[in-house]
Amino acid sequence: MRRLVWRAAELAEIVTETATARTLRFRVPEWPGHLAGQHVDVRLTAEDGYTAQRSYSLAGPADGDLVDLTVETAPDGEVSPYLTEVIEVGDQVELRGPVGGWFVWRPESKAPVVLVAGGSGIVPLMAMVRARRQAGSQVPFRLLYSLRDPGRRYYAEELRRPDPGLDVSYLYTRSAPPGASRPAGRIMLDDLAEGGWPASFEPDCYVCGPTAFVEAAADLLLALGHAPERIRTERFG
Amino acid sequence: MNIISRGFRGRHRPDGDRLPPGQYLVDDFPVLSAGPTPRVPLERWEFAIDTEAEQTHRWSWQEFMALPSETPTVDIHCVTKWTKLDTTWEGVSLDVLFEDVESAAEYALVYSYGGYTTNLPLEDLLDGKAWIVHRFDGEDLEPRHGGPARLIVPHLYFWKSAKWVRGIRLLNEDWPGFWETAGYHNYGDPWREQRYEGD
Ligand SMILES: Cc1cc2nc3c(=O)[nH]c(=O)nc-3n(C[C@H](O)[C@H](O)[C@H](O)COP(=O)(O)OP(=O)(O)OC[C@H]3O[C@@H](n4cnc5c(N)ncnc54)[C@H](O)[C@@H]3O)c2cc1C
Repeated sequence: MRRLVWRAAELAEIVTETATARTLRFRVPEWPGHLAGQHVDVRLTAEDGYTAQRSYSLAGPADGDLVDLTVETAPDGEVSPYLTEVIEVGDQVELRGPVGGWFVWRPESKAPVVLVAGGSGIVPLMAMVRARRQAGSQVPFRLLYSLRDPGRRYYAEELRRPDPGLDVSYLYTRSAPPGASRPAGRIMLDDLAEGGWPASFEPDCYVCGPTAFVEAAADLLLALGHAPERIRTERFG
Repeated sequence: MNIISRGFRGRHRPDGDRLPPGQYLVDDFPVLSAGPTPRVPLERWEFAIDTEAEQTHRWSWQEFMALPSETPTVDIHCVTKWTKLDTTWEGVSLDVLFEDVESAAEYALVYSYGGYTTNLPLEDLLDGKAWIVHRFDGEDLEPRHGGPARLIVPHLYFWKSAKWVRGIRLLNEDWPGFWETAGYHNYGDPWREQRYEGD
């Protein structure tokens, strides 16, 4: 039986994504590797022994013993403000994983892929985009990324760079940048019809984000005729 | 010995004795599931218990609703670490459903509309420990929370409380379900923090 052990993880680098989110690159000695879409549990311990744990998706394929997480500040949250505002390079947390064998993309998969992200739901989907690139996979990917406004974009620069076979559409819900082809608003059938693949292509669909977003997007995919067993969801609660 | 995270203080919530280790309290009701929400029309809904001798006991929605119901108030614990205290449900105790079922099986595999499965020892479903519920907080159970009907097994992590429940298969041998084959613990006791395989 495989046992998931808590491992010491030292913060090696911080990348600012937005005003409220940052990517934390941890060094985890003897990290066993993982699949795109899996997550880890992070455990924080205070000096008096109090502990708190939360789950965070892995933001990219493993790079030796380095793993990336991207964390968004939940206002009034217990753990995320520590990770986005307090922790500094050289500090330690504990981490265990990888966890989750369902919401994953495998580089040997040949089916076209539709990725639907709401807010920080982009994190495990970005891991899939990066895993595809790392593996040199030719499988066509389409990413729909719903977010409040352009200031909320994670991985902005990387997603702007051309990546053959990857199409990215941004769906702004509150304010779209000037010149955007789509008015601001929540994800709709047309967005998925245009930015995704037709159901007849039998794509694998991955939907991740806050619960209400995942519910809405998964229902729209069903309405477009995608088979339920091809729609995988991850809800951040 | 845990490693101390410099500068972390935490919130020290007071409700220690009702909060299993590693859990935190929520007031809302988070939703977690592996795929889209199935919608099951009541006229097509049925619930079945299949024994190891391949005898099937079946209830239509009407038959199910005619059974004596209870309104348990229980605490629920999700493996993703939220705990919700004092949730009130309405439904039928598994003891009622198992009244006429003859079986010597030790294991139950619960299956759902949409294809989800989860396993547990049969004894964890009996003696007032589990219900098939159709109402939450006085309202009909919403589809996203498992409506029309879901299983509630409050003493185990909530992934055992299958949503959109469709039936229970009794087995002589244990048969791991959906999350149990995807790296989660086979039993899932929140008080022993049995989250993942090997915990
Ligand atoms: C599989 C999985 C993967 C995930 N991946 C990511 C990821 O990649 N990136 C990411 O940022 N998040 C991710 N999450 C979410 C993450 O686990 C945490 O839930 C999130 O960071 C919030 O934790 P927190 O401790 O900061 O907030 P919590 O303390 O848990 O609070 C959550 C919310 O509840 C509210 N709240 C808390 N306490 C109170 C109170 N007393 N009164 C009123 N409101 C209150 C807060 O406003 C807050 O917004 C993931 C979750 C799961 C299940």
